[in-house]
Amino acid sequence: MSAQLPELTVDSVTGIDVSLPVAGAGARAYAFLIDWVIRLILALAWYSVATVVYNGDLSLAPPPETDARWFAAVAAPALAIYFLYHLVLETVMRGRTPGKRMAGVSIISRDGSAPGVGALLTRNVFRLIDSLPLFYGIGLIAVMMTHEHRRIGDLAAGTLLVYDAPASAASASAANPAHVRDDAVGAELVSELLERWPLLTSQARCQLAIQLLVRHGLRTEALRGADEAALHSQLERLMASSAARSA
Amino acid sequence: MSSSVRRQALTANLLSRMPLWREADARARRLALGQADEASDAVQLAQDYRLLAHDLARVRTLLPATRTREYLEGAYARAHVTLHRGAWRADRALISLFRDELPAVVRWLLPYIFWCTAIFILTVVAGYVLVHEYPELIGLFASPELIATVERGQLWTEGLLNVVPSSVLSVQILTNNIVVTLFAYCAGILFGLGTLYILGLNGLMLGAVFAFVAQHGLARQLFSFIVAHGCVELSVMCLSGAAGAALGEALVRPGPGGRSESFRIAALRSGKLLSACALLLVGAGLIEGYVSPNPHFSLATRVVIGVGYWLFMLALLSGRLFPRRHTVS
Repeated sequence: MSAQLPELTVDSVTGIDVSLPVAGAGARAYAFLIDWVIRLILALAWYSVATVVYNGDLSLAPPPETDARWFAAVAAPALAIYFLYHLVLETVMRGRTPGKRMAGVSIISRDGSAPGVGALLTRNVFRLIDSLPLFYGIGLIAVMMTHEHRRIGDLAAGTLLVYDAPASAASASAANPAHVRDDAVGAELVSELLERWPLLTSQARCQLAIQLLVRHGLRTEALRGADEAALHSQLERLMASSAARSA
Repeated sequence: MSSSVRRQALTANLLSRMPLWREADARARRLALGQADEASDAVQLAQDYRLLAHDLARVRTLLPATRTREYLEGAYARAHVTLHRGAWRADRALISLFRDELPAVVRWLLPYIFWCTAIFILTVVAGYVLVHEYPELIGLFASPELIATVERGQLWTEGLLNVVPSSVLSVQILTNNIVVTLFAYCAGILFGLGTLYILGLNGLMLGAVFAFVAQHGLARQLFSFIVAHGCVELSVMCLSGAAGAALGEALVRPGPGGRSESFRIAALRSGKLLSACALLLVGAGLIEGYVSPNPHFSLATRVVIGVGYWLFMLALLSGRLFPRRHTVS
């Protein structure tokens, strides 16, 4: 359960807060390592293939003297792949990279939305500081010291790394979705009506009770003339049968 | 009727809605991954969001500390993030950056730009005076190879293109300059002191080297080498210094939101300037690789290129390159 993890709580227009579990140093390091391996492989692959094509044989050696064409076709793209990997992929994938996806984490803004390009740019610029002195030393210390596990780049960009929620859940009944929605909403309405029963006027009790009972399949004619007590007991029977069905 | 029976019925009905949650979650995942292009999916997501919020509120009361709640929290969070992702179009974002945001950032940073430029000029003068008065101090600012070359009556830039092709030189120079610029900016996190150190050190080195080459009668050649790319390169140095100083001030004198919030706001605002700085340094690097070391360009041509590129920088930073279209009502 994610209760032990620090959580980012975001207000929502629905009035129900959104809770996002914040990823710690372990998940960050895992995602970074995967990304590092991927970008290293991509950069080396480009270098190898482009050098073989450039040299016309299987030699991977660079030319003995600095050559503009070799630099433009082989070295510069390989370096660009390695150094621009995070910035480009995070921008294109809106706060994710293949490594982050495999680690089940993603970057978000403090309001729960996907970060903008400016925030991602700032976050990546501060890698210069986070990566000092070696192996992201400053970044790791910052992650461990801050409440929401944020490195300097995250503090500057106002972003966090959060876990994507688990995909699995308890087994569900294979009910027809359309009927399920009506049934559940109806049950809630019945429950709420019973809770508020003492607060309502007699006319409102009867009117609402008849509407709900009709909604649950009872005929209007059968309910006509029924007094408050009869309607109340009908509603209670409805709730009891619902509970019994599910037990 | 007992509340436990009512609770049981509600819970049962709630759990029977799990297929709906799964549908909603799958839709949010598809939309998040860009695998759903249909408008109906996006519209349905708004309804899903309300459905999940409603059910989550119930589950938090009826089924706290369960896997069902965990699942629903996740599905709701994913729907929230997907729904609040917002549309993004690269072309509009770029135009907005260069037309509206960048000039606003420059206006905000004007006092910092002024003071950083003043500090940079002061350190250049200080470096010049220092080496002019005490020539032996050049050893603090320049490498032994550079000193030996100048003492032979040559600039280290002569014959540069015989050693390294222009394209390679350009990329090496612009990469180095971009890294220095980013460092000058990021070093602002040390309460602005890191930025001032990098700015001051570069100023001292420039002034010291100028004084040293002037003592050997090479000042005109060095000026000729620098003028084409240096106008923008040194200006960008001051701009990144100003952005770093703004970061430093946000930490030294935080606003009402606190130090962390002030730092975030300052970093996000000033960071936009760095994208322009990086672009300008790409141009300056190309000039430094193709024009500056090439002896076929006269001094007048170099001055025109340098001043012209500097005016282009001013137009870019003031937003005049992308004027708004005025509409007549």
